[in-house]
Amino acid sequence: MRMLRPSWQAVAALVCCLVAFALPGMSTLELEARANPAAVIDYPFMGTGGLVVGLLVLGALASMIRLSVWGEAVILLFAAHFAAWLLLTGIMGYEGSALAPFFLLIAAGWLLVWRLVVVLSGIRTTNRSLEWTLRLVIPAIFGAWLLIIWEAATRGFGIPFILLPPPSSIGVRIASSLPVLAADVRQTIFKSVLIGYVLGCGAGFAVAILADRVDFLRRGLLPIGNMVSALPIIGVAPIMVMWFGFDWHSKAAVVVIMTFFPMLVNTVTGLAASGAMERDLMRTYASSYWQTLFKLRLPAAAPFIFNALKINSTLALIGAIVAEFFGTPVVGMGFRISTEVGRMNIDMVWAEIAVAAIAGSVFYGVVALIERAATFWHPSVRGG
Amino acid sequence: MTSKRSDVISARKLGLTFQTNDGPVQALSDVDLTIGKGEFVSFIGPSGCGKTTFLRVIADLEKPTSGTISVNGMTPEEARQKRAYGYVFQAAALYPWRTIERNVALPLEIMGHSRSEQRERVNRTLELVNLTGFEKKFPWQLSGGMQQRASIARALAFDADLLLMDEPFGALDEIVRDHLNEQLLKLWARTDKTICFVTHSIPEAVYLSTRIVVMSPRPGRVTDVIESSLPRERPLDIRESPEFLAIAHRVREGLRAGHSYED
Repeated sequence: MRMLRPSWQAVAALVCCLVAFALPGMSTLELEARANPAAVIDYPFMGTGGLVVGLLVLGALASMIRLSVWGEAVILLFAAHFAAWLLLTGIMGYEGSALAPFFLLIAAGWLLVWRLVVVLSGIRTTNRSLEWTLRLVIPAIFGAWLLIIWEAATRGFGIPFILLPPPSSIGVRIASSLPVLAADVRQTIFKSVLIGYVLGCGAGFAVAILADRVDFLRRGLLPIGNMVSALPIIGVAPIMVMWFGFDWHSKAAVVVIMTFFPMLVNTVTGLAASGAMERDLMRTYASSYWQTLFKLRLPAAAPFIFNALKINSTLALIGAIVAEFFGTPVVGMGFRISTEVGRMNIDMVWAEIAVAAIAGSVFYGVVALIERAATFWHPSVRGG
Repeated sequence: MTSKRSDVISARKLGLTFQTNDGPVQALSDVDLTIGKGEFVSFIGPSGCGKTTFLRVIADLEKPTSGTISVNGMTPEEARQKRAYGYVFQAAALYPWRTIERNVALPLEIMGHSRSEQRERVNRTLELVNLTGFEKKFPWQLSGGMQQRASIARALAFDADLLLMDEPFGALDEIVRDHLNEQLLKLWARTDKTICFVTHSIPEAVYLSTRIVVMSPRPGRVTDVIESSLPRERPLDIRESPEFLAIAHRVREGLRAGHSYED
């Protein structure tokens, strides 16, 4: 036993493999071929079935030998992903024919990856670049297996393309329509979203400062602001199209409306966030309104302001895409989604969704990075 | 009585009543007090006796509701506009986004000193409070005692002749407190400032002050003013001398006479 380091994931993977091996066939076609040995029937995993089982069994066993952490990680990574690749390429062309053993083997691979993530998460290191790599690799493996399971389920069960296309065909679609996607991104993200975001956040910030100076604005505007922020975007978008035309201007206007009030409300809250003692200190220096604003209240408000910037980064994207459903030139992400869904090109819809998700994450990530740099002093960033 | 030229603070029949939801609270009543240049005056008394309120009135952070007070012969508001005093709060109140150096430079920036003068003054005052070498640290990287020293440096940086200190060492442990008391006395001797010091520690008040103002609550008023007979030069072990103990005893008696310990 000293040589072994059992893990329940590897044991469970072994059980899956054994059950899969004991069951008669991996696909309906294989069963058919076995029943009529005379007929020539192509079936999936003709030569690779044994290889997959062998890979997973060996991987599971080897992972339980007392090796270094890195040895175990490499074995698991290789066994699980090579097996998954064989399984996914094998089922291609035979969609909907998979039987229980196929899914059991996918499950075995998934269990090995579970073990892999546990192993990687357990690594404690002081090496900064290694730590960063791990922080990226672990969620990447996690995400990759979401896609693998999606792919296996759609192809294995033969789910109709219209309902849910497999991620590989969405990927193919993205690769083959790069120019169209690029034009849509240019229209929706670089024009509507970014311009609307900058105008909306800037106006919200400026009005917050104004409301801070002028009491009747604070008392009068903020309650109305809450009402306006509850306006349904679906209702506002067509009106903006009538006011500002079909091009990006109307979408930017919708984004301005959506981002203005989160920024206003957060900045007003943030400006009240500095402590009484800190403000008394400024008073003892006979500091002017603007000096106190720039040297104390705005820095103290920064966490709130960045919160609004992060909320708005996702709101802006949603607003611009939805607004394009109500009239647009023949380009733009929302336009593409609404027309391609009508033409049953579901993979193109998914391609746009994927691009929007990536763009939104990048946008959010950039704002979050700037936030970390700007509010390094805040307990939530400096850690204690 | 008109205030003499050497009077830094002169209060006549000073009173302050806060309007709260539970009705009016008389924080100060009939306070008569004159503080001369170069004095080290401690205000001692239980919480609610108005010692902090009195300091805040001097600093124009509260407005009195009756009586008069002058600071350097002006109203507190004029004195504040002229940056007549440095104020040290109960907590360090350093800005966490500024380094120690830039925290100390904060009043200098606001008052419009040139860059080179800021640097020169920051270096000088940080040396005065023994914080040289910590210029580039952020407040949250320093201990509580060091933070409070930095806040004292910030109050000293613009060379006001009057230093108002509101229980500056209240949150620190005994050892750090002794050390800072000693340093504060040295600093006072070196700079010849007038210091008003709020505390609730009898030994601290006796050790530091040339005059001790004993106050009692409800309403906040002055019950005794004790001139210290201790020499200006005070090593820490002076606190075991009979003279020191006699003054401490008188302070304690004064606090008792004001019924400060009845609840």
